[in-house]
Parts: sequence; structure tokens; C-alpha cells
Amino acid sequence: MTVRERLRQNISAAFYRHGLLCASYPVPIILFTSASILTCCYPLLKLPLPGTGPVEFTTGVRDYSVPSHGTQGDLGERPDWYRGPPVAYIQQVLVKAAVSPWDSSLVPVDVFRSPLGRVFSLLEEIRDHVYTDRSLESLCLQVTDLLPGLRRMQSLLPEHGCLLVSPGNYWQNRRDMFDSDPDILKTVHQHEPKGLHTSATLKDLLFGVPGKSTGVSLYSKKRVVTYTITIALSSYDARFVASLRARLKQLHPSTNCSLREDHMVHVHFKEEIGIAELIPLVTTYIILFAYIYFSTRKIDMVKSKWGLALAAVVTVLSSLLMSVGLCSLFGLTPTLNGGEIFPYLVVVIGLENVLVLTKSVVSTPVDLEVKLRIAQGLSSESWSIMKNMATELVIILIGYFTLVPAIQEFCLFAVVGLVSDFFLQMFFFTTVLSIDIRRMELADLNRRLPAEAGMPPPKPGPLRPREAPPPSRPSPHTITLQAPAFRNLRLPKRLRVVYFLARTRLAQRIIMVGTVIWIGILVYTDPAGLRTYLAAQVSEQSPLGEAGLPPHLGVAPVFPGGDPTSTLNVLPAPEPTPLPENQSQGHGEARSGPAPLTSPQITWGSEDEEVWRRLSFRYWPSLFSYYNITLAKRYISILPVIPVTLHLSPQEAIETRHPQDTQHAPRTSAKTTELQADLTLYKVAALGLFAGVLLVLLLFCLYRVLCPRNYGQNGVQHGRRRRGDLPCDEYGYSPPVSEISPLLLRGHSMDIECLANDGMLLASCCLAGQIRVWDAQTGDCLTVIPNNGYELGFGDYSLLGPEARNASTPIMDNEHPLRRRTTPVRPALFGDQPDLTPLIDTNFGEVPPSQMMPGCGFDFGELVERAYKEHEASPPLPFPPSPPAARQRRRSLGDQSVAPPEQVLLAPWDWDSSVWSMELRGNLIAAGRSSGKLELWDAVEGSLRCCNEDGSSGITALAFLNNRIVAARLNGSLDFFTVDIHKPLGLLQYRGPPGRASLPPSPCYSSEDVISCQLTRSVQCAHQKPITVLRAAAGRVVTGSQDHTVRVYRLEDSCCLFTLQGHAGGITAIYIDQTMVLASGGQDGAICLWDVLTGSRVSHVYGHRGDVTSLVCTTSCVLSSGLDDLICIWDRSTGIKLYSIQQEVGCGASLGVISESLLVTGGQGCVSFWDLNYGDLLQTVYLGQSGEGQPVRQLLVLDNAAIVCDFGSELSLVYVPSVLEKLD
Amino acid sequence: PGESTLFSIGNGVALRGPYISMITNHTTNLLIRGGMLFVVGVFLALVLNLLQVQRNVTLFPPDVISSVFSSAWWVPPCCGTASALIGLLYPCIDRHLGEPHKLKREWSSVMRCVAVFVGINHASAKVDFANNVQLSLTLAALSVGLWWTFDRSRSGFGMGVAVALLATLATQLLVYNGVFQYTSPDFLYIRSWLPCIFFAGVITMGNIGRQLALYECKFVQEKIHQD
Repeated sequence: MTVRERLRQNISAAFYRHGLLCASYPVPIILFTSASILTCCYPLLKLPLPGTGPVEFTTGVRDYSVPSHGTQGDLGERPDWYRGPPVAYIQQVLVKAAVSPWDSSLVPVDVFRSPLGRVFSLLEEIRDHVYTDRSLESLCLQVTDLLPGLRRMQSLLPEHGCLLVSPGNYWQNRRDMFDSDPDILKTVHQHEPKGLHTSATLKDLLFGVPGKSTGVSLYSKKRVVTYTITIALSSYDARFVASLRARLKQLHPSTNCSLREDHMVHVHFKEEIGIAELIPLVTTYIILFAYIYFSTRKIDMVKSKWGLALAAVVTVLSSLLMSVGLCSLFGLTPTLNGGEIFPYLVVVIGLENVLVLTKSVVSTPVDLEVKLRIAQGLSSESWSIMKNMATELVIILIGYFTLVPAIQEFCLFAVVGLVSDFFLQMFFFTTVLSIDIRRMELADLNRRLPAEAGMPPPKPGPLRPREAPPPSRPSPHTITLQAPAFRNLRLPKRLRVVYFLARTRLAQRIIMVGTVIWIGILVYTDPAGLRTYLAAQVSEQSPLGEAGLPPHLGVAPVFPGGDPTSTLNVLPAPEPTPLPENQSQGHGEARSGPAPLTSPQITWGSEDEEVWRRLSFRYWPSLFSYYNITLAKRYISILPVIPVTLHLSPQEAIETRHPQDTQHAPRTSAKTTELQADLTLYKVAALGLFAGVLLVLLLFCLYRVLCPRNYGQNGVQHGRRRRGDLPCDEYGYSPPVSEISPLLLRGHSMDIECLANDGMLLASCCLAGQIRVWDAQTGDCLTVIPNNGYELGFGDYSLLGPEARNASTPIMDNEHPLRRRTTPVRPALFGDQPDLTPLIDTNFGEVPPSQMMPGCGFDFGELVERAYKEHEASPPLPFPPSPPAARQRRRSLGDQSVAPPEQVLLAPWDWDSSVWSMELRGNLIAAGRSSGKLELWDAVEGSLRCCNEDGSSGITALAFLNNRIVAARLNGSLDFFTVDIHKPLGLLQYRGPPGRASLPPSPCYSSEDVISCQLTRSVQCAHQKPITVLRAAAGRVVTGSQDHTVRVYRLEDSCCLFTLQGHAGGITAIYIDQTMVLASGGQDGAICLWDVLTGSRVSHVYGHRGDVTSLVCTTSCVLSSGLDDLICIWDRSTGIKLYSIQQEVGCGASLGVISESLLVTGGQGCVSFWDLNYGDLLQTVYLGQSGEGQPVRQLLVLDNAAIVCDFGSELSLVYVPSVLEKLD
Repeated sequence: PGESTLFSIGNGVALRGPYISMITNHTTNLLIRGGMLFVVGVFLALVLNLLQVQRNVTLFPPDVISSVFSSAWWVPPCCGTASALIGLLYPCIDRHLGEPHKLKREWSSVMRCVAVFVGINHASAKVDFANNVQLSLTLAALSVGLWWTFDRSRSGFGMGVAVALLATLATQLLVYNGVFQYTSPDFLYIRSWLPCIFFAGVITMGNIGRQLALYECKFVQEKIHQD
């Protein structure tokens, strides 16, 4: 028992490790298993193709001896069936007879009546031939009764005697019956089957040549009758055969015949599959399929049932193939009928293990890692798998010791198959299963995605820009969105591979090509097929062709006996009987006009050597089967044919005429025969056509059912996206690129820092502290508020400033006073002109971090602001703000928060302080400065309306809602201000953007108003660390801080409602909108969705490596961008990542949502529009001339559907392509 | 559509009523099962008979099918009746003995069993054994293996043996009275492998019958749950 336990443990441990291995390296393992399957199946190539006809083997006649039964003679390429005596030796006498010279007095019946009549004398000759007391009677194959079912043929086929078949059998080999037969054609054709016939007919059997070449027809053009006398010999006597040959040749010499006579062909026939054998076979296959069906039906709880079922079947089938391949590799050629034992092998090997594996893996806890799940599932079932396997092996071994060869062979195959099946299960199926499980975990636990992914992709709308670049449309920038119901979600990669296959119809093509090749091989190798037909065609054409004939073929008509008319025949008519059929309906006399008479010529060609080849390959089996002699798995030997040429004189033909022959109008019967032949052809053609149409319909139905409805319609070019190339979506599709010239808003001397907009107006603030107000419609610069506006407004401060700064600088840093002082002293009054300020500040950025450490009074604030607002990519930056700068910001920020800087207090009028945050409402600009000052400017007039200096710590974020301003400060406090307007006229006008009723109208403050800004409440220590994000909407203010928390305040009473904890890093992005959706993203790359009403966390996903830099929500999804330049789109309700878009470096944070389903992202000098629901790239618009590829760092969507892009120091105002959204 | 779904859920029992009641009604259920088993038995008898006929005739005259059907017309119905009886008897015995069949109650397993049964017949018809003892022993081993793989119940084994003996006896009587004849009898006028085939057939039929009876149990249980 202990041994068993230990064994069990060991097995389970081994399986566990194996499961880990399989789940860890799926692709290499699958490749490995495929390679091994192919290697093992390689020997199968040597096996003969199934479905080919009989096999031939040729030996010489001269040194022929009956092959021995023993197996020792493995000489040369002698096939293994060539053992023992054949069933019969076939001696054929090929008779070609013609009435010559052809006379105009002859009627068409004469063509064959007298030649056929000669068969009786020939038969007599053959029967009576005796060579040294051996007669045909003693040598020939004696046959007994015909099979009981063939009574109607009794009079036609020999019974109780020699198997000797000739056309004479039609008349019971009696000349008198032939002579009294009024209509030979009717006699011949009355036994022909009416319908389609594929195998040998009676006419074929008796004539021994294909029906068309017999010449027994009223319209035979060559007027040569061909038939054979077939003799089946049971034993081979070379001398007798030779003497018979000599005798016949002597009697009927064929002078121009040079047939080869030294080869003897042995034909081996395979086992025939009759319908009676097919029934059990079909039954077993039905049972097999039922078994497979019921087995695979049990597969459940996986991503793709069909995929796994297919994998299971592939496992079993390829293990079978492997076993056959391996067995034949080791010299065991399968002698069993593969098709028969195949179902039993499948049943023995079984699908059980596969199902058990699937079940046990699926039942492992879902929250585990995939690897562990696979490993656990494997190890828990390891014991039963091994036990089953051992049992089966033991059973099969017992079977092996039954010592019955067939069972032994079966067992051998089964053992090898079992082992290879085990191997495949362990490697192939487990890996496939792991992939499947991973897919399921990755993609979705909800049923929505697969359900929709299975649906056919939509019909593209007529206005879809994807397939129709819009040159004809009035506006080149129109984006039409499809009705969402008809479109597909972004698919997982594997499905896309499948769709790719479907799109290119790879599978269908491969199958088609394979089938065509197979059929071609079959047709070519079939003995009754193309090869012989081609050979026959070639050899047939050459004698009929031009004069350049090979001499040995001897076509020239040389007639025996000095025929006086032979001179006429010397000029044979190369124009082959120009008589059309309808004309030839008349009697011979009718044709005696100017048309030259052609005499029949008897030619012997190589095609006559083996006449039987031109017959159906079922000819011999069906002939013998009439006597209940099977040729299956046996062979016959066909001796070289004896040619006999008969020339009959016209007199003879006339003598043998039946009285009815001349008056007998051949029209009807002849026509019917011709018609019958034609009809057969037509029937075949019609049937083929019908079958083809049916097949096409079936395939079409399948196609409609299985394939996406419109693949291939898009004509999409595929190609991998090269780095830095045009942006494209994940399909590799690059939509039409258009170019527009945006309104360039120039004027800032330095990089733009803050952007604020109010629909109509746009305010921007650069690093230099200059604020510009632009008209969002026209792009005109309305106002410029220079940084040193104080200097202008309050002239005394210009003097005060330096002193104040001098007071502070000694404390802060001793190294920079000079440089610092130069900054403001510069006459940067008119920002329109370039000044040197940027240079200085750029230098400042390059100062080593150590020197920057204490600098809190200086414009680190800008950098801090930028760090949070711009979210630049970390390492390789193509634009000036370099990573060290970013790092400094962080550090300086932390320093400041730890020690709130009193120094700033010392410089209350630090006009050098930069704008860290800015908001725009109506015509009021709220600007928060690094000095902690909150200023309200009139956007139109550029005058300072109000100033509040209650706080001292820098304002990192501002929110301006209605008449309230919330300011978040660097020290973590939160100040609530109220803006009061004292109107002299007591009127508050509201101005709203025309046509945008949905927006809250912004109050318009006239210049006469006295605006005061009062601090209503200050929440000290709202956060432990600097507040980094502040958003306000729906009466809530949400703050995010470095201390990993998010707080929600009520706007009216500044009451803190919730403190939301859940991030493992500082909060870097928050989104809240009117619908109370709250999302937050942190430095840990996590995104949390919160319920603002309850303060509970709805979902929590990890999406980015590095900070989440911005967050936007729509009604259905959440968009996030990170420092990794990735934009991820999440399903809002389930928190499942739908897809992601890789942005260009540095453009990671530039995204905006224009409408519910249109996303705009920035790139190198361009913006791209995406269909948000499906992740399709709709259009890319290049801003300005191509070539200058400045990255879009910020992207702001204005209400009037214009986009403002931040290209460093300049802004681009882009009017969005008009968005047409189809609703349904 | 929403309304109709609700409706159908609400009236689920009523809508599925006739079918369920037919299934759960004991006699009807018995009849259905019996009929199915009969059909299966007839079909298998025909196919296997064909296999046996094949053994002696290698190349068929065109009317072999008719000869199969005409030779002994009463054989397939007899087999069908017997299989129906056995298939109904097995679950009954299980119920009475109080030891319900536990092993692999799945249709795939049943199909496998049927396939193996056909395979045993196939082997007995197609494989050339050195002598009849070997054939009989092999088939006996295969049959017992079949039982072990798919049944493993004592009642199944006992019943199989009993029925096999009875059937062999009946065949013996028939042959003795000249109603029926084997081409090459090797054991008192009959073929010695016949009991093995009978045994395997009983096991297979019992398997099918049990699986069919499972449906009744399931629906009865569901009904109880619904009530």
C-alpha cells in the first residue's frame, strides 16, 4: 500500500511539473509535438494511395515460370502479391476485319456482318487446335454454372466448359443463328443496360474492346470491325500457346503488324468493397461518430468548445497516424484493412483521457494562475489516467498473446497508438487546454464578447471612410460612425487569425487544391484512366496524322493478294471522310456521287498491344464474378495478344447478307444507338452539373453560416506597422490620410503649460507665465496677459521685486541670484516678440539636480505642474523636457510638502511666480500661482479683476464651478473661494454658446462689475501630501493626492464626504463628470472606479506600467493613458480591457473624446480619430505640412468640436472632421 | 420578445407538459424505451448477420441484400424483442437489488460499448483463427473485458451469463429441430462462440437500457424538484 501511495505521489508530482511546463511554454511545445507528429507520419508517404485500381507487374514471356508460393523469393521489385499461380491466364485474339475494297454497292450493314461472321470459323479453329495431344479443352479454365442471379445471361455466356468469350456468344456460337439474325445491331444492343453504366457491359465483355472501337455500327468511318476472342487458360503451356499463335498468324497474316509479343502482364486486383461490406462499415463509422459526438459534448466551461473538441479529435487521429507511421517505419506493413479497423482503434484509444483532463482542469479554482490550474488539474487526474492506461495496455497485451495474426497486428497498432496518444495528450492537448484557459481568463468571463465575436462583422455602411476614401464629398473630413449594433467589438488575436484565414479562404483553398491533386493523381494512375487514354490518344493520332509516320507502325495499306483495285487505295484519303452524319444516313448508293470512296484500312498500332487496358478495370473481375470466381486479392496473367487480320472481298460480304439487310432501314435503330451513346454522355454531364450546382449551393450555405458575412469586401491591405510609420490600427489597417492646415496659434515664447477653455474662449499659459486668450472660433489672439502684469499694473513692484527676491535668495540658494534676477529684468513685456527668457529657463532646466534641491521659491512649480499635466514619457524623449527634469520635480515636490516653505511668505509679491494652474469660466480667468496667489483676470480686457493672497502655498490645481473656485495647494490644503459679483446695474447676463443648450451657461461679467473673491473655507491638511489633481463636477470636488488617497468634498459646504483608499501610489489622474462617475488613476498604474454616492470601489484594474496620466469616461467605457504611451479602453461596467492603442512616444497623454464614440489621439504632427466602441482607426489628419513631426503633447477638445493641440510653444486649432453618427 | 419569454417561463411546465408527462408516465416511458431498444436490436441483428454472411461469400451476387433479408426473417425481430426485454430488465434488476449502476453513466461510454460489441462480432466474422477453440476463447476474453470495462456489476454479469446460456440453449433447440442451420457447426450443431456473442450483446443492451432509464429517473427527479 505504501508503495502504491508513493507511486501515486510521484506520479502526481511528475504530472504537476509537467503541467507547469506545458502551460509555461505553450508555443514551443506545440511546435515540438507538431514536428514529431509529422516525423512519425512521414513513413506514411510510402504507403500506396487509397483508391487506386489494380496493380500491374510485367514479366517476360520467354523465361516465365509460375511463381512459387513461398516468401523466400524477394527478388528485385517483384511485388508481394506475385506468388503462386494466377487465377487464369488470359489469351486474347484480337481480330480486325474489313471488307475491302469498299464498294459503292455495299450497304452499311456489310461493314460488320461478314467480318463478324468470320468469328465462328476462327472459334472453330481455336477450339480444334491441337498441339501434341494437348487441346484447348484440357488447358482452358473450366467454368461451371453462372451465378443464380444471372439467368438472363445464360444463353450468352459459356457454362460448363471453357471460358471462351467472343462476339459469337451472342448467337450461341452458332453460325446458322447468326446467318438467320435479321438485325445484328439489335441483338448486340438488346442486352445493354439502359441507364448509366460504369462497369463492364455485356458488349464490352463479349467484344473485348471498348464499345466505340468495335466498329459494329452503321456509321463507322473506318469500316473496320474489331473484336477479341478471349480465352481463359487455367494452366500455361508455352508451346501450345505458341503453336496457336503461329497457326492463327499463318492463317490470317497481318503483315504490317509489329506488336510486341514478349511481355506478359500480371494484374493484381484489390479487394472490392461491395454494398454488403459497406453496411457494417458504415454502421461502425456511425457508432464512432456518435461516440465522438457524445464525448465532445461533455466538454464544458471552456472558451471554445469546438476548438477543444477539434483538438481532442486531432489528438486521437494523429496518434493513429503516428502508430501506423511508426509501425511501417519498423517494417510492419499493415495488412489489415485500415478503414475497417480504424473505428475500433479510435474506440480503444478513446477520448476519455482528454475529457477527464479538461474536466479536472476546469474544476480547479478560477482565481489561480493558469499554470497552476493546469498543473493541479493534471496532477489530480494523474493516477486515474495512469491506471486506465496501464489497464488498457494489459488488455491489449493479453490480446497480443492470442497468437492470432490479425489480432496481434491490431494489438500492436493499438499499443503504439495508445502510447502515442498518451504522448499527444500530455503535450499537445494539455498545451491547447492551457491556451484555451488562458484565453478564457484573459478575454472575458462575461458572455458578451464571444457572443458578438462569433457574429459576422457588419456590413460596411455606404459612407464608411474605410473602404471609400472620401474625395467626392464636400468636406474631406467627415467621419461616419456606424450604428453600434451592427459592428463588431475588437476581437482577440486568435480569432483574428481565424478571421484572417477565413478572409483569405486559406483552408478552403488548401482543401480544394488537395482534392484536385488527389483526383488528378487518381485519374492519372487509374488503369482505365487518363494515362492510358493519353497514350491511346497519342498512338491513335500518329497513324492518322500527317505523312511523317514511323515506318514500323506500317500504316500503309498493303493488301494481301494482288487486288486489282489496290492501286486506287494507294492514295488514301487524308481528308477523313468528310461526310457528316445526317448525310451518311442514306444508303451507300446515295453517296456514290463525287465523293471519293474510301476503302477501309487495317492498321496495327501500339494501342492494340493491350486492348484490355482501354476497358474498365472492372472488366476482368466482373467477367470472373459471373462464375463466382473472385479476383479480389488475386491476380491474373495476361498473355500477349494474337493479332488476326481479316480481309473480306465485297462478294463475300454480299453473299453473307441477310435478306433484310438491304431493305432494313437502319435509320431508327442506328440512330437510337448513336443517340443512346450521346444520351449517356448527356446524362453524365447533366448529373455532373447537377452535383456541381448542389455542391456549390452547399458550400455557399456553409460559407454563409460559418464565415463572416462580408469578409474580403473591404479589400484591406495588410502589413505590419513599421515604427514611426503611419499610425494604424491593430489590423494593420491604415485609413486614408488627409491633411489640413490648422489654425496655428502662435505667440508664446515658451512651452505651453496650462490650457483652459470655455467653449468660446481659450486661455493658454506658457512657462514664461504669459497668459494668452484666444478666440476658439477664429483663432485670434484676444488678450495677452504678460507675466509681469504686476509690473504694468503696479509699477512700484518692479522696484520692490528685486529687493524681495534679494531677501529670499540668500536663504534659498546662493548660486542663482544672478541668473534669476535676469529673468524678470528682461524686457519681456511684449510676448509677441521673442525674448531671451526661454533661453535662460532652458539653461535652468539643465542645472544638475543637486543645485536644484533647495529651490522651492523658484519656478519648480512650473515643472511640477507639467509633471502632472503633461505626463511625459519617461526615458527617450524627443523633446526638451528631459527625464532628469521630471525627476527633479518629484523630489522637489516631496521636499516642499515635508517642510512647508515659509520662504514664499517672504516674497509676497513675487511676480516671478509662475502660473501653476488656470481655469476659465465666462470671461474670467482664474490663475493659481506658485506663490499661492489666486488671481482673477478679465479674459477680454486683460485686466486683473481680483486677487486673493490668503494662501501661501502654491496652487497646484484649480476648479472653477459656477461662482466657486476651489484651489488645491501644495501643502495639501484645500481652499474654497466664492466669487461675488457686485453689479452696479444688478444684472447678471448669461451668455451661452449658440446652439449648445446642454452646457451650463457661463456667467458673463462685465467690466463694470466689482468682483471680489473671498476665501469661504480652507480645509487644512486635506491631504497629507501635495494635492496633485482636483476635479469638480456635479456638486462634488474630488481631490487626489500623493498620499494615495482620493477625497470627495461637497462643493456647497466644503464637507468631506469620503476618503477613498485603494491606490498603492500617488493619485495622478481623476475623472468625474455630471453623471457622478468617478475614476482615479495612480502612480501604480491602477485605475479605480468609485461609486460617488456610497464611496465604495466599483472596480480596480491594473492597466499601465507607470503612472496613469489621464482618464476619461464615456457612458460605456473608461479611457486611460499612461506613461507607457498606451491608451487603454476598458469596459466601464465590467472593468474588462477592451483593447489598447499604442501611442507614439511622448504623445501618450494626448487623448480626447469628442463624442460618445469618437476618440482623438495625438501623434507626431497628426491627430488620429478612432472609433471608440470598436477600436477602428477611422482617419488620421496631418496638421501642417508633412515632415515636421512634432509630437502632440496635450490635446484639448473644445465644445464646438475643435481640437486644440499643444505642439510645444504653439497651439493648433483644428476643426474636427464633422462627425456623423448614425444611430441605427 | 420580453413578454413572451416571461410567458414561457411562467408557463414552462404547461408548455412542456405533454412531453414531460409522456416521459414521466411509467407505462408510456416503458413503451418508448422498449420500442427504442427493439429498433436498436433489429438494426444490430441485421448488420451483424450481414457480417456473418460475409464470412462465407467473398464476392457478392447483386442480390445479397435480399438474401440477407429473406433467409430468416424472424431472426431480427427475435433479436429485437430479446434486446428490448433485456434492456428493460436491467434497470429493473438494478432497482430491485438496490444497487444502482454507477460506472460511467454517459452516452459516450454507451457508444463505446456498442462499438466494441460490433468489433467483437467483426472479429468473429473476419479474423481467421487457427481453430475454433482459439476463436471461442478470444471472444470469451473480449466479452468479459467488455463487461469489465463498461459494466462491472454483479447483476449484469449474472444476467449476461444466464441469458447467454438460455439463448444458446434455445438456438440449440432450434437447430436441433431443423429450423435453422449453421454452415460449419463445431459444438453440438452450433458455433461455439455463440454464447460469447450473446453475453456481449446482453451487456451492451443492458447498458443502453440503463442509460435510457436514466432519463426517466432524471425527469422524475426534476418533477419532484418542481413540485
